[in-house]
Amino acid sequence: MAPSFDNLTEDNGTYDLEEEVDFSDLKEQYDVRLEQGLDAFVVADGLPIVPKESKPKLIKFLTKQLNKAGKVKEDGFVMPCNKQGMTEGYAFIEYHTPQQAIAATKQLHGTAIDKKHTFAINKLTDIERYGREGRIDDDYQPPYTPDFQEKEHLRWWLGDPNSRDQFVMLRGDNLGVFWNKKKDPPEQIIDRGNWTESHIMWSPLGTYLATMHSKGVQLWGGPSWTRQTRFPHPLVNLIEFSPGEKYITTWSFKPIEVAEDDPFLSPDEEGKNYIIWDVATGRVLRSFHMHDLPTPLESESGQPVKKKIPWPAFKWSSDDKYIARMLEGESISVYELPKMTQLDKKAIKIEGVTDFEWAPALPQRDSVKTYEQLFCFWTPEIGSNPAKVGLMSIPSKEIVRTRNLFNVTDAKLHWQSQAAYVCVKVDRHSKSKKSLATNLEIFRVREKGVPVEVVDSIKDTVINFAWEPKGDRFVLITTAEVVITTAVPPKTAVSFFCPEKIKGAGVGNFKHIQTIEKKNSNGIYWSPKGRFVVVGTVHSQQSFDLDFWDLDFEGEKPESEKDLTANLKHMNTADHYGVTDVDWDPTGRYVFSTASMWKHTMESGYHLYDFKGELLREEHIDKFKQLSWRPRPPTLLSKEEQKTIRKNLREYSKDFEEQDRIEEDKEKGAIVDERRRVLNEWLAWREREEEELKADRRELGLPETLDAEEEANTDGKAGGEGAVVEEIVEEVLDEIEEVA
Amino acid sequence: MRPILLQGHERSLTQIKYTKDGDILFSCAKDQVICAWFSANGERLGTYHGHQGALWTVDIDPSTTLLASGAADNTVRLWDIRTGKCVKVWNFDTAVKRVDFNEDGTQLLAVTEKRMGFLGTIVVLDVKVDVEAEQSDEKALVITCDESKATVAAWSYLSRYIIAGHEDGSVSQYDGKTGELIYSTPAHEDGMQVTDLQMSSDRTYFITASKDKSAKLHSARDLTLLKTYPSDTPLNTAAITPKKPFVILGGGQAAMDVTTTGARQGKFEARFYHKVFEDEIGRVKGHFGPLNTVAVDPLGRGYASGGEDGYVRVHAFDRGYFDFGYEVEREMGVAGGSGKY
Repeated sequence: MAPSFDNLTEDNGTYDLEEEVDFSDLKEQYDVRLEQGLDAFVVADGLPIVPKESKPKLIKFLTKQLNKAGKVKEDGFVMPCNKQGMTEGYAFIEYHTPQQAIAATKQLHGTAIDKKHTFAINKLTDIERYGREGRIDDDYQPPYTPDFQEKEHLRWWLGDPNSRDQFVMLRGDNLGVFWNKKKDPPEQIIDRGNWTESHIMWSPLGTYLATMHSKGVQLWGGPSWTRQTRFPHPLVNLIEFSPGEKYITTWSFKPIEVAEDDPFLSPDEEGKNYIIWDVATGRVLRSFHMHDLPTPLESESGQPVKKKIPWPAFKWSSDDKYIARMLEGESISVYELPKMTQLDKKAIKIEGVTDFEWAPALPQRDSVKTYEQLFCFWTPEIGSNPAKVGLMSIPSKEIVRTRNLFNVTDAKLHWQSQAAYVCVKVDRHSKSKKSLATNLEIFRVREKGVPVEVVDSIKDTVINFAWEPKGDRFVLITTAEVVITTAVPPKTAVSFFCPEKIKGAGVGNFKHIQTIEKKNSNGIYWSPKGRFVVVGTVHSQQSFDLDFWDLDFEGEKPESEKDLTANLKHMNTADHYGVTDVDWDPTGRYVFSTASMWKHTMESGYHLYDFKGELLREEHIDKFKQLSWRPRPPTLLSKEEQKTIRKNLREYSKDFEEQDRIEEDKEKGAIVDERRRVLNEWLAWREREEEELKADRRELGLPETLDAEEEANTDGKAGGEGAVVEEIVEEVLDEIEEVA
Repeated sequence: MRPILLQGHERSLTQIKYTKDGDILFSCAKDQVICAWFSANGERLGTYHGHQGALWTVDIDPSTTLLASGAADNTVRLWDIRTGKCVKVWNFDTAVKRVDFNEDGTQLLAVTEKRMGFLGTIVVLDVKVDVEAEQSDEKALVITCDESKATVAAWSYLSRYIIAGHEDGSVSQYDGKTGELIYSTPAHEDGMQVTDLQMSSDRTYFITASKDKSAKLHSARDLTLLKTYPSDTPLNTAAITPKKPFVILGGGQAAMDVTTTGARQGKFEARFYHKVFEDEIGRVKGHFGPLNTVAVDPLGRGYASGGEDGYVRVHAFDRGYFDFGYEVEREMGVAGGSGKY
């Protein structure tokens, strides 16, 4: 008789312990796998109720479905029956691993079994934890719904009667939001200490202010600056809003570690670096791992070259509908919001892809019926294949245009803000690879067939390029020298380009307007409304000039430029020692230039200019870190309405000037009153003090004042008058001896 | 306002003092020599030799008979101004950082350094205002600063109080007779040394300068804070102008950091603030090191500044200075400078 569990326990005492008995078969049969416990079990509810006879059939059917989430153990399906020989509508299922059990609760819970039945799948341990006797109240408790609470208007700041703009300023540990008051000290709206742990960011339409914390990101808004949402991404480093501020991407260099009972993050987020969140609900939409960075390259000297982490890795389309990420050299994955599923379930293979950029607006292409989102990408030369720039339309994945390029060292993609053009700045090397020159390949996206115009008149390397927002002109900065890290900043030249005038509609060829040589400039900052541009030298110790240019100067235009759609005029040059950043306000009226202590510690603070480059205000602030204008959402006025306003500008400005004057008078009055009060206070204090001093002196038997005392002491010997000494100084300037 | 440049010292200036009539000014520097100059033309009148260490401080009695000086050689010396002879040497345990005559010249206070196990003290010495007289060796009073050492001190009106500024930024008031501590206030940011303390002409209020980048005006009677003058650089010195309601502040980036910065960021300018309105009204450039000391002519005709660069610059105020006034001041008839201030 083979030993069985029953007789084993009974006869246990009689066995000789020394005797070798093979228990391995028993062990295998009865061993309790403690390390797995009950975690691999789930309870399936909502199953069809069938008679005993059809049970095996049902089990077979259900196992098939349940195997979608993992592998159900053989004999791991237990479906109890009641006395009537009917199943009870539930079953216990054991998976091979607890992970599969968790996956089953996630994937299969709430899914349909057939037309009438729906799975309700819970972990056995959860049923144990929440459903045990006494844990559930027998009386029905209606769920608590809090009373409706009206939220504050998130765009309240746009209702300012004077249309002032707000900005946020971080200095030291204090974060404050202010109204711009032009020449006067900015009016503080709120100031909180330790409001953020690193930097701050406005959402693209200005609705939210994002603060960064080690536990995640918080969004603030409304007139009382209450917390709107938080995104608990631990150790978050960088964030990026979608253009319509519906979603937000957060990134941490350190992979996320999800604690077991984390109320916000699910085990899915474990080990991920990126999370895409829904701003309105604060929910995680999907999380991603960081792509492994290509193994560190080694430079010629054998030093490993640190690879920069590409940011933003996830790029948003202009309508918040798509987000895409590139796997360098291989493919681009496009995800559809809000489900975050990959477009057509697979990545778009583009061999060698090095960079891509979404059109910043919906491109309105000629001869296309339905406008689609567009992105531009480029691939370098691979073997004998030329480098390529392409435009792909999403979601159709149609390649709209490609262009082959040769001898390419690097390329940068610059979209114009309305997606009318994309300029590909191509750095090309000569055959010998010794000298570099830059070509601009400008794709006219709106025109039929997307014609490409090449600007190849530039001899040097272009180090910076910027389109005029909502315009068709651009500025670029070139340098002849190869950039070597020396203390002396490289000499650069600033060039302006615009289309030439043509008859009829359309835009003419791009023509060079003017080049300013021998500058040190490296930054281009266009007014968000176009026309005005600041070209400056930032991050430099030696030079720190900011040039303010007008491209539509209303004065006389030189004859030689009559064919150009621009009239360039240098308006002003400003000096801001140690300037690190330049920021235009969203209306294009004011410019801040700032020197941040993050970059250097000298003379941190800000200057405020008007668009003409006239200094309105400067302030040195210790530990000044960051300043940022609050963006504005696009205007709600139609084109016609805007046009009427522009036409009647003179009348409006009359009102505004009047208001300014009243304000000024009022302020002046207030200041004068305050001064009068302070002065009176001081004079009164002095008078009291003098009286007291006199009294004290009388008490000591001294004359009332020190002067009187001295007078008495000297007894009028010398008299108080100082003698006037006249001094004549003769100076020989030149001596010439004349010889007769 | 073209200044006269006095190039008599070989090392950085530590203090400048005008005589009561403002015709002569005395300067001392770390080069161990005191210089006397005509303030009108910058001609050097003479020098006083004898100290064996860096000179920290000088003061002149109100009758311009005696000159007192304190130095790193642990002595206070008394000199006959006219002849340049040293008439008395008092020895101490540590360096002397500040000396100040009282209103009638009968007492002199000396602030000694905390070093080598000795606590900082404020010592009062009786002085006979006579070059022939035998000066007493006796110390009339010794105040020991056991909390934070005094860095500067001065006598108040009627020699009633001794006001001291401390290393920790506090200002305290001692009884001038008994040396008892009456009151102490944390005038400046904690740990930010008070670098200068100068009395108003009637000694009823005083200005303090501090490393915390601000200068403050206090009442000598009860140490009430009257005014605050914020600046953007650590301050070494502050003075109150007579006649016109201004204060002059001087400072600049700490001397040890100067070589790494240009004059531009050093902020080596004398700054003028309106005493009552607390507004900055002007700056005077010129030094290429931080300003260590500023002194104002007691008759209000000009001021002198001494810098880390070793130069003294003597400025005569011009027409614009005297004409300057706020609308409010004109309205109330105190614009041209008035006794009322």
